[in-house]
Amino acid sequence: MSDLSVKICGVEFSNPLIAASGTFGFGREFAEFYPLSTLGGVSCKGITLAPRDGNPAPRIAETEGGILNAVGLQNPGVDHFIEHDLDWLKAQNTRVIANIAGNTQEDYCAMAEKLSDTAVDFIELNISCPNVKSGGVQFGTSCESVAAITSAVKKYSKKPLMVKLSPNVTDIAEIAKSAEFSGADVISMINTLTGMRIDINSRRPIIRNNTGGLSGPAVFPVAVRMVWQVYNAVNIPIVGMGGISKWQDAVEMLIAGASALQIGTVLFNDPYAPVKINEGVSRFMDENGIKSLSELTGTVKAW
Amino acid sequence: MKYDSRPFKLVKNEQIADGIFDWTVENKDLAPLAKCGQFANVKVTGRTLRRPISICDADESSLRLVFQVKGEGTRVMSEMKTGDEVEILAPLGHGFEIEKGRKYCLIGGGIGVPPMLYTAKQCDNPLVITGFRNKDLIILQDDFKAAGAELVLTTDDGSAGVHGFVTDVLKERIGEVDKVLACGPIPMLKAIAAVCKGKVRCQVSLEERMGCGIGACLVCACKTKPKDGEAFMSQVCRHGPVYDAEEVFFDE
Repeated sequence: MSDLSVKICGVEFSNPLIAASGTFGFGREFAEFYPLSTLGGVSCKGITLAPRDGNPAPRIAETEGGILNAVGLQNPGVDHFIEHDLDWLKAQNTRVIANIAGNTQEDYCAMAEKLSDTAVDFIELNISCPNVKSGGVQFGTSCESVAAITSAVKKYSKKPLMVKLSPNVTDIAEIAKSAEFSGADVISMINTLTGMRIDINSRRPIIRNNTGGLSGPAVFPVAVRMVWQVYNAVNIPIVGMGGISKWQDAVEMLIAGASALQIGTVLFNDPYAPVKINEGVSRFMDENGIKSLSELTGTVKAW
Repeated sequence: MKYDSRPFKLVKNEQIADGIFDWTVENKDLAPLAKCGQFANVKVTGRTLRRPISICDADESSLRLVFQVKGEGTRVMSEMKTGDEVEILAPLGHGFEIEKGRKYCLIGGGIGVPPMLYTAKQCDNPLVITGFRNKDLIILQDDFKAAGAELVLTTDDGSAGVHGFVTDVLKERIGEVDKVLACGPIPMLKAIAAVCKGKVRCQVSLEERMGCGIGACLVCACKTKPKDGEAFMSQVCRHGPVYDAEEVFFDE
């Protein structure tokens, strides 16, 4: 096996694959398959200041090459995460990223403050959830709002701050620049694309929330394009995600500009995907004489 | 090991009623772990999500999965050939609780009938009520008889067996049983729960659109209230699919 480790803001990850928030809970269910150290890191289910029930079911619909989901940030709240999940997760020998979402700027700041005194490795600012009525994506779709929330949370965060961007914007490079200028240490991207499916017999949307977030292989080319655009616009590292399903996708996303990767939807198809992707990436490195994955980041030879 | 995803070998694939297929799949590591009322999450070539299918029967080396073709994924499954390898994540969820020495009434409606077969095999002389829309959809009658069950057949249109709903039979026989276990469409489960309320304990197996199948992604939510706890959005794949009927908010 080649050395798959990557470094983001001075924090070493044993390999580039991080479980994407919302697909992996707090890790316990997947620990049944393999040690969580198989992954470079885990981005926990999006947490809020108070516990949330989330949306009514159905919360998922399959699409060609992907899924729509609208869970609506069901979670037990930040205090419960810190008391019941964090120590266990840290003991699994993997990096822990706390994904936070709020109704208000004050919510985000309060959570960042609480998490700053814990062992989490990063705080991931979720300003891109398309499935909640207030908060979520409303903070992430204009440069002004991204700047305001990022700079506010930065004041309370003693951890490296990863800002997770929404693809549901006109110019993602401008949004990323705003985040960087306002203190983001890392960009993670992309969250899901807002979509909809309708049952033609009942004429009801399949998802109870009417709309949901599209993820899976169908969004991969959009994610690659956006990571490339943002790589060319900012000087902070990018954690790339969106439809990565096989090792070739992982390599492609690194070449587009990512320094590390998140994978999510593929885990529903194959929980062992991280093992297979890492094996493939390792083989690719051997065959191409690549010593470190950082040699790949942003090396696309654009026409 | 509670569950895992492994290759199974498809050793039987037979259509047993209109649009309903009967699989036997072999894997000696996972099959023996299965309990009645649990399910398997089947990987389908070309689809992102697996298909959760209830476990109809199990032995030391194989699982029997009986499913209805509802969409593209189950259609692909129905067309697979014996000898094919299929990746299955199993066994998943909490199944039915069976106590020895009790008289059980097991009720299945439509494609909710299959999980009641393995359940019947864990009970002593259970009363089994199976309900179908019409005679073309009837399945597994001989299997229940071979399992030693007293079997009652109902059809909504009267084309076979008793003309009526499973609850019509349950109302007449409820005095004979200690506990009712049921799987089928929500309106049927709700009606069964109403008949049982205050008389006998009832467990129901629910269905919901699922993602991971193991409780990590939180998409298969159902509002429930455990006996001594607060109401919460539980995961059908992990806390269920079997719940005490009194825990379930059927209308939310």
